[in-house]
Amino acid sequence: MHLGPEDRPQGSRLNLRVAVVGGVAIVLFAVLFFRLWNLQVLSGDEYLAEAKNNRTREFKVIAPRGDILDRDGNVLVDNRTSLALQLNTTKLPEDAAEERAELARLGELTHMSVRKVRRTIKQSEEVAAGAPVTLRRDVGYELIAYIEENQDEFPGVTVERVFVRHYPDGSLAAHVLGNVSEISEEELKETQYKNLEPGDEIGQAGAEYAYDKYLRGDPGLTRIQVNALGEPTPGGQLVSTPPTPGDNLKLSIDEEVQTAGEAALSARGLPGAFISMNIDTGEILAMGSNPTYDPTDLIEPSQAQVNELYRDPVLAPLVNRATEGAYPTGSIFKIITALAALENGQITPDTVVQDNGLIEVGTDTFENAGGEAHGAVELRRALQVSSDVYFYLLGLDMWKTNELQEWAHKLGIGRPAGLDLPEEGETLLPSKQWRNQLYKEELTDRPWSAGDNIQLATGQGDLQTNPLQMAIAYAALGNGGKIVTPHVGMEVEDAAGRVLKEFEPKTRRKFHIDGGYRNAILEGLHAAAQEGDGTAAGVFGGFPIPIAGKTGTAERPGHGDQSWFAALSPYPNPRIVTIATVEEGGFGAESAAPAVLDILEAIYKKRASEVSSAGGAE
Amino acid sequence: MNTYATRTRNTRPEPFAVHVGIGERLGLAHMDWPLTIAAVGLIAFSVFTLGQATQNDVPGDPNYFLERQAIYAVLGIVGMLVLTRIDYSRFRELRVGIYTFLCASVSLVFVFGFAARGSRRAFELPFFSFQPSELGKLLLVLALAGFVIDGARRGSQVQRTVRYLCLGLAPAALVFLQPDLGTSMVFAVATLAVMYFGGVPWTHFAVIGVALTALVALVLVVAPATGVPLLKGYQEERLTSFLSPDEHADGAGYQQNQSKVAIGSGQLAGRGDKATQTRLDFVPERHTDFIFAVIGERYGFTGAALVLSLYALLFWRALRIVTLSKNSYGALVAGGIAVMLLFQTFVNVGMNLGIMPITGIPLPLMSYGGSSVLATFLAVGVLQSINVQAHLSQKGRFAW
Repeated sequence: MHLGPEDRPQGSRLNLRVAVVGGVAIVLFAVLFFRLWNLQVLSGDEYLAEAKNNRTREFKVIAPRGDILDRDGNVLVDNRTSLALQLNTTKLPEDAAEERAELARLGELTHMSVRKVRRTIKQSEEVAAGAPVTLRRDVGYELIAYIEENQDEFPGVTVERVFVRHYPDGSLAAHVLGNVSEISEEELKETQYKNLEPGDEIGQAGAEYAYDKYLRGDPGLTRIQVNALGEPTPGGQLVSTPPTPGDNLKLSIDEEVQTAGEAALSARGLPGAFISMNIDTGEILAMGSNPTYDPTDLIEPSQAQVNELYRDPVLAPLVNRATEGAYPTGSIFKIITALAALENGQITPDTVVQDNGLIEVGTDTFENAGGEAHGAVELRRALQVSSDVYFYLLGLDMWKTNELQEWAHKLGIGRPAGLDLPEEGETLLPSKQWRNQLYKEELTDRPWSAGDNIQLATGQGDLQTNPLQMAIAYAALGNGGKIVTPHVGMEVEDAAGRVLKEFEPKTRRKFHIDGGYRNAILEGLHAAAQEGDGTAAGVFGGFPIPIAGKTGTAERPGHGDQSWFAALSPYPNPRIVTIATVEEGGFGAESAAPAVLDILEAIYKKRASEVSSAGGAE
Repeated sequence: MNTYATRTRNTRPEPFAVHVGIGERLGLAHMDWPLTIAAVGLIAFSVFTLGQATQNDVPGDPNYFLERQAIYAVLGIVGMLVLTRIDYSRFRELRVGIYTFLCASVSLVFVFGFAARGSRRAFELPFFSFQPSELGKLLLVLALAGFVIDGARRGSQVQRTVRYLCLGLAPAALVFLQPDLGTSMVFAVATLAVMYFGGVPWTHFAVIGVALTALVALVLVVAPATGVPLLKGYQEERLTSFLSPDEHADGAGYQQNQSKVAIGSGQLAGRGDKATQTRLDFVPERHTDFIFAVIGERYGFTGAALVLSLYALLFWRALRIVTLSKNSYGALVAGGIAVMLLFQTFVNVGMNLGIMPITGIPLPLMSYGGSSVLATFLAVGVLQSINVQAHLSQKGRFAW
């Protein structure tokens, strides 16, 4: 081929241009090499860590909560596994209409409106953005099967195995056990829940709340290798920390006694409460409140359901009347009046008082219940027949001093009992100081008067207390001046039944009660319960175990008379205090005493040997 | 005589030249062996990497990408060998035909092409989809170099520069409208490269540089500000997000961040099959635009540096061929091809390393794709042809 001169490469001019390009190329390659060195060798560690973090997702494995057992190891609460319907919102159809259609389908299956579904999603996103939203726990297998068969219609819907609290005995001991539910946003901020995450379940009431840290357990962690879409890759399970199940909690509750107590109360058909407690240790054998509730209903409640079922302000089934009630107690308070008067030297056990059926103080008249005159009575007799006049006079004697209030206070009336459950209500021990303060603030029309103290002496008037406080006071009488700490929690055990922790009974306070005074009062109570014309002899006369008991009939403004009965058993060396109250149940012997009888029968007939050995181990 | 005999050619012996023998008969004599080794080495690395990294990409066909890339490689090598034996100077004579074919093929895509991700760039053929703009890069260089040589005496220097620019930028604009920003940039760069080696004065490049800067400013800053976006939103975001990748960590910057993490995590020796970034889809387009990230993660600095070294070898030999060419046409063609490959390599690797914007330019001989592999091998074949012709003319002249 012929080459014209102009066809030739232009020598040095071309070489210069090639050299420039070569130089540029060298610079560019130097940049690439330097950058590569920088990324891989100098900062490789960081990027490797980032890459490893990138490809793993951690999934929490929920730990089953510990069981709650009664003192003999009978299961009161355990778990059952159930299936929960979860929705991964990132997998929802992008098209708004399709998304709405899917939510509608889901809503139909879970009995929720589309609005409710959206609200559930929104609430969940606020707590934990991006986490799968639990639409409904405890869905049936038919529903799961349906969703699996029609998976195309439900993108993003998954089914997860969850643990659900299970109550083999239904509502039994509901107020003691309490319930669990998902931790709320506010609770997450509390220090005691600092390690918890949204979606975790915590105890909300009762022992579930009080002993939450033992019952809760630690969630496990599964690390799964995922791809960029967050989908698990085949065989991509990396590390797995198994969950640590919660420990079991053994309560001092006796299932049989509890059952008897609840049956006795519900048989009366009226609101009320009972408590049965070891007077030396404060262990609560049984405690209940009527009406009660089924904790299962609170697991996944719809608000409307809860309102309908449980928010009745009068029946208030969620309230534990044994510890949160606030009632006058009627005559069962008289042991406190007697103790105050004896210890302060107002009377001796043998001081005789003429009971004419009524006393007049200024313009006021205070009558015996039923207006009956008991004639000449000393302490024992006054307790046996429940002479109000005898105690009216003691109240009158002590109205200017604070002696009655001091003793009531010592015995725990109107002050926190230190129960290990969170439910303890407000109570009131009326005193001169209290009423005069109110009067000063013009919240009442009159200052403290003799009538106030006379009322208090018989457990009437402004007194507001509950079966728990009265049980503590009776226990102190029975044990000679020891104020126990009432509790239901006894032991923490691991799943194999090994005891991990024992809750030692604690004495809150101690003071001296003269043995003679104590015996005199117990004698009177024994006579009241089981001798002659004792107020409850008709109920307990035939009961084989000797007991000391007192009826109470409290006048509650706006209500019918409230029936009370307090029993220390066995007499004369009591180990257990049992108290029952029935709102509008009439005289003490009418409804509360029979309820206590049912409980005592359960304690002694069925479990005599165990209780005595438990009570005797000091 | 000294106007056309370069010193290099006279003084430097050819260390890799295969002397008379079987190679001569096969037409392989005077082939530039380092260039061949670089090109074949790169495609071999590509096939190897695809074989390891894309086994789970096509369900039921673990070797889908491996097999196809291997076939493209074989076709490409055959094409390269064929071109090696052809005297490239014929392309100069065919420049008008080539140019017409180029413009027609990139235009026909608008009519017959199939759309992938909103862009029409390829024809669907029975065995693979053919992307004319890939071959177009080479065709543009071949045609434009012809026009430059042909028009060297016509018109003023300025007129010539404008003419070359128009000739080169017309197909670039067509490709831009497909839309394929990356390839149109390659077209533009190839145009400038041919002009550069064609002797367009430095002052003209200075003016072009200023104009380009102004254009970029207009497209990226002024036009969006006045509400007349010239680029599509994703294009603009891709072009600018590499400047602040963390800001765009979820959007356009995501790919680059993941690519950087992938390469960085490879460290010195690579993660092999323990690679996660590129194995588990964190890095998108791992078989095409981001294959360098796969190499970086799997084979570490060792592998990535080896690949870069092969590219360096390729350019060195390509630039050397520019100086060896027996005529200006060959020099222009070789220069255009060299700069074009350099540009593509730097932009793609830079994009993988997070220092260049995402432009969708494949890595020559490494990214999966028949059009790109074939076109690049053909370009290398043209380079070989220039080398062979240089030696043949030298041989004839000096008769040794």
